[in-house]
Amino acid sequence: MGGHIVTSFDQDLDRIEKMIRDMGELGAEMVAGATRALLASDEPLAQRIVSEDAIMDARQREVDDAAITLIAKRQPMAQDLRAVIGALRIAADLERIGDLAKNIAKRVPTAGGSSIPKSLSGSLQTMSDLVLVQIRSVIAPYTAHDAEGLADLRDSDEKIDVLYTTVFRELLTYMMEDPRNISACTHLLFCAKNLERIGDHVTNIAENAYYTLTGQQLPASRPKADETAMAQA
Amino acid sequence: MPEAIMNQQTYRKSEFANPAGPDSAAFSRPNTIPDELRADVRGLSFWYNDFQALNNINLPIAEKKVTALIGASGCGKSTLLRCFNRMHDLYPGNRYEGEIVLMPENQNIVDKAIDPIRVRLKAGMVFQKPNPFPKSIFENVASGLRVRGIRDKALIANRVEEVLRQAALWDEVKDRLDHSAYALSGGQQQRLCIARTLAPEPELILLDEPTSALDPIATARIEELIESLRDHYAIVIVTHSMQQAARISAYCAFMHLGELVEFGSNETIFTSPKEKRTQDYITGRFG
Repeated sequence: MGGHIVTSFDQDLDRIEKMIRDMGELGAEMVAGATRALLASDEPLAQRIVSEDAIMDARQREVDDAAITLIAKRQPMAQDLRAVIGALRIAADLERIGDLAKNIAKRVPTAGGSSIPKSLSGSLQTMSDLVLVQIRSVIAPYTAHDAEGLADLRDSDEKIDVLYTTVFRELLTYMMEDPRNISACTHLLFCAKNLERIGDHVTNIAENAYYTLTGQQLPASRPKADETAMAQA
Repeated sequence: MPEAIMNQQTYRKSEFANPAGPDSAAFSRPNTIPDELRADVRGLSFWYNDFQALNNINLPIAEKKVTALIGASGCGKSTLLRCFNRMHDLYPGNRYEGEIVLMPENQNIVDKAIDPIRVRLKAGMVFQKPNPFPKSIFENVASGLRVRGIRDKALIANRVEEVLRQAALWDEVKDRLDHSAYALSGGQQQRLCIARTLAPEPELILLDEPTSALDPIATARIEELIESLRDHYAIVIVTHSMQQAARISAYCAFMHLGELVEFGSNETIFTSPKEKRTQDYITGRFG
């Protein structure tokens, strides 16, 4: 795609894209840090993640401002318009990812550490790793303008949903075994749910990025493997 | 025999092998729309003497909708617009091929057998620069009726008021209908020209950059007027303002070097155009 005749238009668009990339990197870092803090009961790290959410919020406001200014100044059309609207929506999803990571970090003092059974911490770590891979593999093709790389990305959200269902059942078992586990297990359940929600936001980002790059919507139906809505104790 | 093959290839590429006539165009209609048609451009080519300015244009014009023609200067959009009222006939050496079929009468208006004056009664045109006649406001509108042969004074007075109201000008001029049209502001003059066009009840309204000489307020008034007129007329507008085309048109055609590159609904052209050249043009990129 050639550049605009007005080069400052390109610079404005590039700036917004760079903000999204930065937000994506920050989001990935927050998710990784929050999980590490949870599993290692690392409270200083957890506090840092909580404070990083303020940076994430500020970045989202910057994207909002830049996008609104660009629309007012340049009246973008076609792929430029899609890029600006897409950036607004992607920034909103990334901001939510930051919130969810912060929420995991806030639970570290009550739920974290050695009390987590091995198999469970393994599942949480795997969920977190999958989510991280997803975040990185949505931001990279978005900034590289590679729509093909985005089309099959949301399929891998299915794996996260399957893991979440496993963690959900496992936590239910622990709570039934010993009611004293209930408090910690509930916190861990929220942490797992947060990771699962982050996966959903990444899927949203992939869909928005695909539309931004191609002008086509991905088909509405996508695999769904979170069965906890039907689960019984 | 290599020479014979060469000749055949040259022949296949030549215009004789594949004339862009009405019959060949009728077979392959690339641009179709679900709306009722007011006019249908079929395989239209046009030459200014030896220079081919339009090449095999296929374009449906929907009834009671605005169709915008966009493209860089020299792409042929004004040339195409002027075919609709046979303005090119004023100069010798100009030549049409193909058809512009006016519906529902199913009449090819670029057919030499049809009197261009009759075509112009059906297709009223408004130009970039307001061009009122050096007459009174009333006479400017009435003259359009007089060329139709209408002499009844009461009828003319009624129709003048009616179209001045349609052109959203009546309240501003009703007390000074006998004043010179030149006393009006640029935007008012342009609305007067539109009123003059409406008077003989045209079937098609052709607007050639109607707001490019006007300020934003006068432009907004004209756009408001176009929006009210599209409930009654088929409108074709040539505009250099992409935003204007996006605001008022239902369909949009992008032209480049005498060809129609892409035709589509407003939504498609301005959010997800299919052709790279359309995309480059409407987003302001290099071709």
